[in-house]
Order: sequence, then C-alpha cells, then structure tokens
Amino acid sequence: MAMGKIKITCKEATAICTKAQYGEASLLDKIKLNLHFVYCKTCRLFSRQNSELSDICALAKKYQESHKCCLSAEDKERLKAQIKELDKEK
Amino acid sequence: MSEETKIHTLDPDKWIDSYADYLFNYTIARVSDAEKAKDLVQETFFAGLKSMKNFEGKASERTWLISILKRKIIDHYRKTNSKKGKAEVRMNFYSDGERDGDWLEERVPQEWNGGADAEMESEELGAALQACIEKLPEKYRMVFEMKTIQGFDTEDICNELDITSSNLWVIIHRARTQLRKCMEDNWFKK
Repeated sequence: MAMGKIKITCKEATAICTKAQYGEASLLDKIKLNLHFVYCKTCRLFSRQNSELSDICALAKKYQESHKCCLSAEDKERLKAQIKELDKEK
Repeated sequence: MSEETKIHTLDPDKWIDSYADYLFNYTIARVSDAEKAKDLVQETFFAGLKSMKNFEGKASERTWLISILKRKIIDHYRKTNSKKGKAEVRMNFYSDGERDGDWLEERVPQEWNGGADAEMESEELGAALQACIEKLPEKYRMVFEMKTIQGFDTEDICNELDITSSNLWVIIHRARTQLRKCMEDNWFKK
C-alpha cells in the first residue's frame, strides 16, 4: 500500500482488519482502516464479525485440545516392528 | 569429555519409545490431520534409518530426527501447494474492473443471527468452526492454524515454511474470509 494513498478499497480494508486481529497492523494502516470505516458500513460489519471470529477461534482451540489425538500403543508397536525389519535388511 | 565435543550415537531400537510422542506432538502442531501426522512421523524414522551413515554425531539424536521431520513437513506443505485444482478452490469476495476492490454484492457479509454471545454453547460453536477449518485447502489450514490456534510468531512460520510475511498474510486473510463465510452459512444463518 502506497504511503500517499489514504483512501483504500474494501479488499484492502479487510486485509488490514485481519492483520489487526493479530495485533500486527501498522499505525498508518489502522488510520486508513478507520477512515474507511467512516463511510463503509459493510467493512464495519466485517470487522465486528472478524473479532467474533477470533473469539470463536479460541473456542476451536479448546475443542482441539479436548479432542487431542496421539500415537496409540498399536501405532508404536507397528512402527517398532517396521524399524526392526528395515534395520535387518540393511 | 565436555558437552561440546561429545559424540552422539544412534540407537534405532529406542527411537519409538524415546521420540515417537515428541515427534508426533511437533507434527500435529503444524499438520493437524492426525493420520497425515502419523505418516510424517513414520517417514521420518524410515528416512533416519536410511541415512544413518550420514549421521556425524554432532547433534543429539533427537535434534537430528527433528531436522529430518522439518524437511518432511515443508515437503508436505509444498506438495499441497502444488496440487492444482483441488487445493485452490477459492472464493472471490471482491469485484474487479471499475468497482475494483469493492465487495461483490452476493458476498457482502450478512448480519449474524445471535452473534457469538457469552451464553452461546461454546463447545458446539468451537466444533462448528473446527468443521469449517477442516474444509480449508491444506496450505491455508496449516498457516492459519499455526498462527491462530498454535499462536506461532509470524517470523517463525515464515522461516519454517519458507514463505514471505506478505504471503502469510494473504493466506491468513483468505482463510479467515472463507471461515467467516462458512460460519455465516452453517451457523449464523437467519
């Protein structure tokens, strides 16, 4: 994004919006974004939903943690057998 | 013998008991598909066996195995990247031409029914997003999850996957835009 260009498109605005969700938008970008919000209701809505999406991501993280998968005992036994086999062939 | 000059050795008989869980956890933080993660761990052990003669004993056994695994993960990322057609089904949200960069009318965000209020069934909501995440193309999913779910630094992800940060943000943004739309269609529909 060029320094001189203050007016941005919705596409650019939403991209900044996403970076902002991770606290990684620059100050200039945030200024451009807020200027865009003044006249763009759609991107304001997108931005609000993007924050909500971040909250839901935290829930998905919890969900993943409670459904964590691991290597089963069978998986390990199978791997051990295969390694032994391969080691012998050498 | 001091720590620095210690020569490490390899003992494949003990690999599984000593490192299988460690390698698996390392993988699942980057490739969330458990079956794929198991495959990558297996491939790592096999590749380790094959290249045992190249082991110089400078690094510990574990470090050496992780370095093999890292290459396997980056290969996996690149492979999903090049699978044309299948992986790159991506939705366009903005116009070209005269109204370049404006929202496409049919893709404009809709008000969400209910919103993500505190009282919402959080387990179900998390599961609904998880289902949407699983529908993402693998390369989007990997980058999105490393950044959002695992909370890795942008720089670390870029180094591990050998991508630029602008590349990363494009992927994260596309992933999130698709997720927002997926949740809108499947959860927040009026």
